[in-house]
Amino acid sequence: MKFSMLPQVFAQMFKKPFTNKFPAKYTPPSTTKFLEAVGAGKAKLIPPIETPEGFRGKIQFDKDKCIGCNLCIKVCPSGAIESKPEEKKIKIYLARCTFCSQCNDVCPVNCLSMSNEFLLADADKYSKDLIVE
Amino acid sequence: MKQTATTKTSYHIPVGPIHPALKEPVFFEFEIEGERIVDVDVKLGHVHRGIEWASRKRNPIQILYLAERICGICSFCHPAAFTLAVETAADIQAPERAEYLRVIQGEIERITSHVLWAGVAAHEIGFDTVLFLTWQMREKLMDLTEYLCGNRVTKGIMTIGGIRRDITEDMIPKITDTLNYLKDNFEKLRKIFLDDKTIRMRSQGVGILTKENALKLCAVGPTTRASGVKKDVRVDTSYFAYGDLDIDFITPDVLTNEVNGDVYDRIIQRLLEVKQSIGLIEQCLDTMPSGDIVVEPKIPKLLNQLKKVNGEGVGRHEAPRGEVIHYVKFDGENESPYTWKVRAPTYNNILPWIPMLKGEQIADIPIIAASTDPCMSCTNRVAIADGSKKYEMQKEELHRLSIEKTRRLMK
Repeated sequence: MKFSMLPQVFAQMFKKPFTNKFPAKYTPPSTTKFLEAVGAGKAKLIPPIETPEGFRGKIQFDKDKCIGCNLCIKVCPSGAIESKPEEKKIKIYLARCTFCSQCNDVCPVNCLSMSNEFLLADADKYSKDLIVE
Repeated sequence: MKQTATTKTSYHIPVGPIHPALKEPVFFEFEIEGERIVDVDVKLGHVHRGIEWASRKRNPIQILYLAERICGICSFCHPAAFTLAVETAADIQAPERAEYLRVIQGEIERITSHVLWAGVAAHEIGFDTVLFLTWQMREKLMDLTEYLCGNRVTKGIMTIGGIRRDITEDMIPKITDTLNYLKDNFEKLRKIFLDDKTIRMRSQGVGILTKENALKLCAVGPTTRASGVKKDVRVDTSYFAYGDLDIDFITPDVLTNEVNGDVYDRIIQRLLEVKQSIGLIEQCLDTMPSGDIVVEPKIPKLLNQLKKVNGEGVGRHEAPRGEVIHYVKFDGENESPYTWKVRAPTYNNILPWIPMLKGEQIADIPIIAASTDPCMSCTNRVAIADGSKKYEMQKEELHRLSIEKTRRLMK
């Protein structure tokens, strides 16, 4: 066949686009203003595609369970975890985290877990949202 | 009036290291006569990141994630080869079920990589419609990867002595759905690639790598198999569970009854390998035994065991682009390895560019360069810097340094 792609192209004209239009159908001129408008209820956000079970997102830390054994610091490949010796607890800098969940596997008391949250972009790497303690 | 004679007939055209036609930094210097390429010189070393050095401060479990970041597309192959090397050095045998799961992950990665490559190759010859079709197919595979491993690109699935996540009964329908979707779309893709006039015009008889050259220049992976050389680590050494599976060498003559070693053959080769990989995953799902997925679930205990290891190991794995080799040496005192050496498949597939490109036209450079599926970031392992002057060392320079050292020692 001379142009074997043509039938596929015609079929595609009557189909919905494969891409999920996140966060809006057309790119807003300013994302920050758009998010403010969403917060005020003026604009509607197209939600991102749902993550499957077992997704490795933002780390959740159960502070009361932690015994301060520092095993997670030993296996963390990027050095994102800091020890707080006086409290016997840890502090995780998400800006360095590689989301490998190796600390979850090694934790003897299961105080660490991965959540579904993945929209973590921030201008400041030491902002409150990016430090888990 | 005296006429000025123009004696110069050839021109030098530098392409790269940063160039819109190239996806990754590599420097070409072409000698051109009219439209024909007379000679090619390739220079590497623009994206050296010192990953091997970074391993000197890390323990083997941490290096797994470092190895994953050598290449985004081969994010299973590099940890897999590293794990094989460590397992050889420490004499660890992974459970049988883990070996099958490793094969499934490796083959999913191969399909993802080859489908991506098919899109890039179509894009290089200006057939962008196919690019969108293939990347739509790839998206399904990325979703499957996310479902099985927890993330789309950095899989984080490999661990020393096993694998980190199991495939349970309720996960199998999603895998078979994706495989069926792939099989349907694979037929479409095969028709487009093999019957379309545009693709045949641009790829047949272009960038020929003969069998002799492929053997002489040690090409690996689909590049060498498309030239008719039967070289595949999966069949040659039967690591993981490949020994139990029905797998044989694939060369383009299965489909066309002849081997030309041109770009068209390399397209056929990769499409055939996608089909083979789908078959391998199905075989694994059918014959997978039950049991443990990791030999030592307690990571601190495993690290203590690895700390005492005094020895070396080599891990070989057939990555989508060819054979990847990792070498690891432990000294028995430190937790981090004494040496870690990586040889990515593109390293071997650089030199075959020269016979492929010679005699071709300038416009064929992108498709020929893309036909070996190069991955520069994986390859760059050596860069020699001395102050701000020298970036790399020539042969003469090294020879002079060697003589100087000999004289110094003789004093």
